[in-house]
Amino acid sequence: MFKKIATLLIVSIVIISCSGSSDGPSGTTDNFDREAMLSNLANNIIVPAFADFKTKIEGLKSSAETFSQTPDQTNLDALRQAWFNAYKTWQHVAMFEIGKAEELQFVYFFNIYPLTVADVETNIANGTYDLNHVNNHDAQGFPALDYLLYGIGANDTEILVKYTTDANAANYKKYITDIVAKMDEIIEAIVNDWNGAYKNSFITSSGNTATSSLNKFVNDYIFYYEKRLRANKFGIPAGNFSTNSLPEKVEAFYKQNISKELALEALTAVQNVFTGKAYNGSTTGESFKTYLENLGRNDLVTLITNQFNTAKAQINTLDNNFYQQINTDNNQMTMAYDELQKAVVLLKVDMLQAFNVSVDYVDADGD
Amino acid sequence: MLIKNYLSQQVNSASLAVFRVLFGIMMFLSIVRFWYNGWVEKLYIQPKFFFSYYGFEWVKPLGIYTYLLFIFCGLSALFVAFGFKYRFAIIAFFLSFTYIELMDKTTYLNHYYFISILSFVLIFLPANARISVDAFIRKKEYVSIPKWTVDSIKVLLGIVYFYAGLAKLNSDWLFRAMPLKIWLPSKYDLPLIGNSFMHQEWFHFVMSWGGAIYDLTIPFLLLYKRTRLLAFVLVMFFHVFTRVLFPIGMFPFIMIVSTLIFFETSFHERIINWVKKVFSVSTDKLQQVQNYQYKNRLSVGVITVFLFIQILFPWRYLLYPGELFWTEEGYRFSWRVMLMEKAGYSNFKIVDDVTKESFYVNNADYLSSFQEKQMSSQPDFILEYAHFLGDHYTNKGYKNIEVYTDSYVALNGRLSSRFIDSNVDLYQQRESFKHKDWILPFTDEIKIKGL
Repeated sequence: MFKKIATLLIVSIVIISCSGSSDGPSGTTDNFDREAMLSNLANNIIVPAFADFKTKIEGLKSSAETFSQTPDQTNLDALRQAWFNAYKTWQHVAMFEIGKAEELQFVYFFNIYPLTVADVETNIANGTYDLNHVNNHDAQGFPALDYLLYGIGANDTEILVKYTTDANAANYKKYITDIVAKMDEIIEAIVNDWNGAYKNSFITSSGNTATSSLNKFVNDYIFYYEKRLRANKFGIPAGNFSTNSLPEKVEAFYKQNISKELALEALTAVQNVFTGKAYNGSTTGESFKTYLENLGRNDLVTLITNQFNTAKAQINTLDNNFYQQINTDNNQMTMAYDELQKAVVLLKVDMLQAFNVSVDYVDADGD
Repeated sequence: MLIKNYLSQQVNSASLAVFRVLFGIMMFLSIVRFWYNGWVEKLYIQPKFFFSYYGFEWVKPLGIYTYLLFIFCGLSALFVAFGFKYRFAIIAFFLSFTYIELMDKTTYLNHYYFISILSFVLIFLPANARISVDAFIRKKEYVSIPKWTVDSIKVLLGIVYFYAGLAKLNSDWLFRAMPLKIWLPSKYDLPLIGNSFMHQEWFHFVMSWGGAIYDLTIPFLLLYKRTRLLAFVLVMFFHVFTRVLFPIGMFPFIMIVSTLIFFETSFHERIINWVKKVFSVSTDKLQQVQNYQYKNRLSVGVITVFLFIQILFPWRYLLYPGELFWTEEGYRFSWRVMLMEKAGYSNFKIVDDVTKESFYVNNADYLSSFQEKQMSSQPDFILEYAHFLGDHYTNKGYKNIEVYTDSYVALNGRLSSRFIDSNVDLYQQRESFKHKDWILPFTDEIKIKGL
């Protein structure tokens, strides 16, 4: 009797101890193929989007170099166009803060706004700066270019003066090429990583642990939607998080009339990831949508799809220039925010519950 | 007469002594593990705000000294294991462990509560009668102790299992296989069973019904000698399996070890002999006293009242209107373990009552992600947090503050719906044991019926 019980005890304790961690890749033969979903996301959305973004950044880089050699109206216009093209494509990669992008914290080098103009001007006046420094996160990337290309003078003539006859002209030009070079350096590292070993490890890490790429991707997706899209592009400037509205906090504040276009682009990117729509083309593959359908949650798919569309419709009624919109009729802006907000609930509460992804590692007994 | 007769019955002291040693070791390891995982820092030092139990608002983490508290708790567990100054040690353990649990409601787990009440009961039991340092100090070992002392632990274990079983007797658990239908398929990456069983509907039902039957019957199967070994095999299987599936930490070990108390004296005697042999300890010089006698009836009185409370306490939910799973009024401290999948999202709005100006709060500014998760779906958390926000912004100089919440909750795979009345200024609501009428009623078409 004693021996039997003792053996049982030891065997079970060994099993328990060994089963503590269930990390690592696994085959997928059950009826939903999560690796297929990650593969579709990686091969048809993330990698092509990053590749396109890299092309756009390279275009931006060559335009910036041309402009810095010959700062005239033609080259200024070309640089502005390259900036706009890259900024739009950015909206399609911004949510992929995973792998190298997460390690390098790439958003800090691309799109922290509002910009701190004083930091930009100080950097330029000094001529030396460390773009990796935490104080310079809000002094570079697209928002800094927005300022340097549109906000630095009252009109194009005044702007061009800064790059031609101004005492600091050399430093102004250098700042543009430096921050663009930084963007290029970061995106180069990210693309190389995806083209190297990372893609495969991303796809095969389909387990349900706090660190698996599946769980991280789901969490990143929701975080992006809630914070960077809903809050940063709408809520914060509309004053949802402050006593008064803060229209100067809109994206692309100096160019102004593209804030809606950038926001719509971001929402489209979010929708495309949800439905698994290829970046180059219209084919769809395994995605959150098909995963939910597989779990029998077509009701939720319909609700989320409809809510995205409702939000989009409301955004479409807004002025191209959110700064303008907030100052004239902020009500419309907060209505757009409210529609976006409704989808947060569906994603964060209902979809997360359906997927039951592990978010945090602490003991829990489900109550 | 019957009672008097019962109270005078004696049993071999080996089982309680072995229980004490194993309990002490388990608790010590739990504290070490908690520390090793970085949870002291993460759960009790990093957060800026802590959720309190009603009436225990004065219990807060001690900053960096929280580590001292854990050292104190771990050491007292070791003292319990060795039976050294046992009475002081178990009181110290009970107080420090319970203090830790009261510091932040966020970390509430049924098995932490179990440990608190078990250590409370142990204060009144002569668990150091045998194989203890105390026995060497007093040069005396007690061969037998009153039977009710061992029985009180059996009753406590029986309550835990049986009530956990009763709680499963509801329509979501039995007829919708919820929440296992959500939880099990997400364990697809387990070896062997991950892809074969975890997503099968029949398997969810087998597990639901099996779990309910297990919980309801296991105390009785452990009580009878003829079914005891079978029961123990089941205990092993059940806890190993739940440990594989869910992040429940030390709980399975603790329960497996605790159920050993149901075994015959001979089993525990052999453990004691084995321990003596391994550590070459001899108790030959100790006087072997036949019966341990309590000096008075205080202990048995306290334990009787305490167990009686334990039997009644889980039923307090009947005093509240509304759906228990939705309002969670009377949900905790009732052995409702792994019973529901509830997720919420609560956004708070600070309003100036005069100017009607308002803004939303970013919860991440004040709460850890774990705290936010727990807060979002539980009304008492929501209320306490609303008051924290109200006070916080009042101190920052805001005037005429009102606090509202936009709160949504999804329960056991139902679609999310509004949880808290968004027109109620939570800053004006007070915590109490009364029903919180600002919780919107549970209106889903799929009702939950049962105990």
